[in-house]
Amino acid sequence: MNTRILHIATNTFREAVRDRVLYNLIAFALLLTGAAVLIGQISIDIEKLVVINLGLTAVSLFGIVIAIFIGIGLVSKEIDKRTLYTVLSRPVRRWEFIAGKFFGLAGTLIVNAFLMAIGVFAALLYVSRHFAVSDSSLLSALYFIVLQFVIITALALFFSAFSSPLLSAVFTFSLFVIGTFSEDLRGFAGITHGISRVLATGAAYVVPNFSALNMINQVAHGGAISSQLVVYNTAYALVYSGAVLCAAVLIFERRNLK
Amino acid sequence: MIRSRRVTTAIAAALLIVMGAGSVFLLRRVDQLRTGATLEEVLYISSPKLLKKASLGYSGLLADIYWTRAVQYYGGTFHAGGGRYQLLWPLLNITTELDPHIIPAYQYGATFLAPKPPNGAGTPDKAVELVEYGIKNNPDDWHLYEDLGFIYYSNLKDYAKASEAFLRGSKRPYAHPFLKILAAQMAQHGGELETARTLWTAVYQTSHDKYILANAAAHLRAVQADMDVTELERLAEVYRQRTGRFPVSFAEMNTAGLLRGIPLDPLGNPYKLTSTGHVLLRKPDDLPFVAKGLPPDYLAPRVPKIQPTD
Repeated sequence: MNTRILHIATNTFREAVRDRVLYNLIAFALLLTGAAVLIGQISIDIEKLVVINLGLTAVSLFGIVIAIFIGIGLVSKEIDKRTLYTVLSRPVRRWEFIAGKFFGLAGTLIVNAFLMAIGVFAALLYVSRHFAVSDSSLLSALYFIVLQFVIITALALFFSAFSSPLLSAVFTFSLFVIGTFSEDLRGFAGITHGISRVLATGAAYVVPNFSALNMINQVAHGGAISSQLVVYNTAYALVYSGAVLCAAVLIFERRNLK
Repeated sequence: MIRSRRVTTAIAAALLIVMGAGSVFLLRRVDQLRTGATLEEVLYISSPKLLKKASLGYSGLLADIYWTRAVQYYGGTFHAGGGRYQLLWPLLNITTELDPHIIPAYQYGATFLAPKPPNGAGTPDKAVELVEYGIKNNPDDWHLYEDLGFIYYSNLKDYAKASEAFLRGSKRPYAHPFLKILAAQMAQHGGELETARTLWTAVYQTSHDKYILANAAAHLRAVQADMDVTELERLAEVYRQRTGRFPVSFAEMNTAGLLRGIPLDPLGNPYKLTSTGHVLLRKPDDLPFVAKGLPPDYLAPRVPKIQPTD
């Protein structure tokens, strides 16, 4: 990574921390502690299941919300505050600005997810008193959640490059929802014919596939995740995010900033 | 200026406390007016498929929430005097559709559905359906076959199907060896007390849950009491055949060499012998699930008195 991208990424990370983004960790800790203590009293035999399901769901949802609400303002806020002109007046290319913002926010989310993961494992240790071998698959599920963050950050940045924050939030969240149904969309394409089939198939491949990145249910029941899936999901998330970032760069390069 | 700010702060703080407490009070009044409405509202979305889609992939957590709801609903209805448990099946259906691998929902859910009211919903057919769905999605979990056999044995008195379920379970990987014994015993001596003892002993030895252990221990005590009463009444009949009348006390049976000492029930209370040769329990409330030795006009308590696990 060149130093200009690194500087922008570092500043984006600092800005997020300064915006008290990591305060969500307090809410997360309270949620997990409460669940670990309470569920044993109001339910039967699912303490560990709840800690895993709630922990990983919270990691995922907190991260997605942060990715959307910070990602949508990454470009527009710089324009509104006119700091973008200062940055671009220096020897910084527009694509470097986009890449730096992307890595900065992705880095923030990875740090956030890492701290939450420690919380999940601590709560798990509290309810089950020891770790089982199958608990290691939680790491794979957490890794997939980080891959989700990477894709959503890229999408939020893409919309932020040409749209208002409000519309960017709507578009990104809509794509997240549609992305969770991408497998249904592909199934729908399979039962249609003619132009509908072409359009549905096209849409199914254009929207991000989040369902393949959600392995929470599987790991909650001790299911293993194949290394092949890890490799393919990683490649998919990187390629898809790369494509979205390229689109963001293309738009931002042509955008009239006067 | 500073004084005015302090006054504002004090008034705002006082209002915050008063209004906060007021909102809690009012909400409690609203809850009193709308008893039971909250849970019914949840079931406005009664389609598990729709809920699964709406969960955006986080169906595991939603299943945990619905399972907790089912437990709370069962517990609440049971403590309110039982009833029809109308929402129990939809709640369990939604839970298991959202997460087909949530084993406790099948195991405990079946024990909520199968028994007759007030202890359960009195729908053993639904319990069978629930456990069969669990087996379909978790075919290697032998515990589910044990539960299925148990429903057929205990609630439906269908010993052939119970035997078949135990046999199916015995063929699963890592199945407990007692399943084969249960299958054979069920096929040959389905309705006998010895079979019941084998079954409840198996449950007692393989469970780690304190409620299941306490329940199994209570059933084992009940089986023992039933066996004692049967045997003591048989001996009283032997006495009558020898002397032409029923014994008036167990001491007479001791003298006749039919007994040794005063027989005690599993909780250590002496049995009571009637003039007609019947044997009764002194404290039947302490021995729930007994079928024999109950006084003619006896009414069992609404909530079975389960002793702490031995």
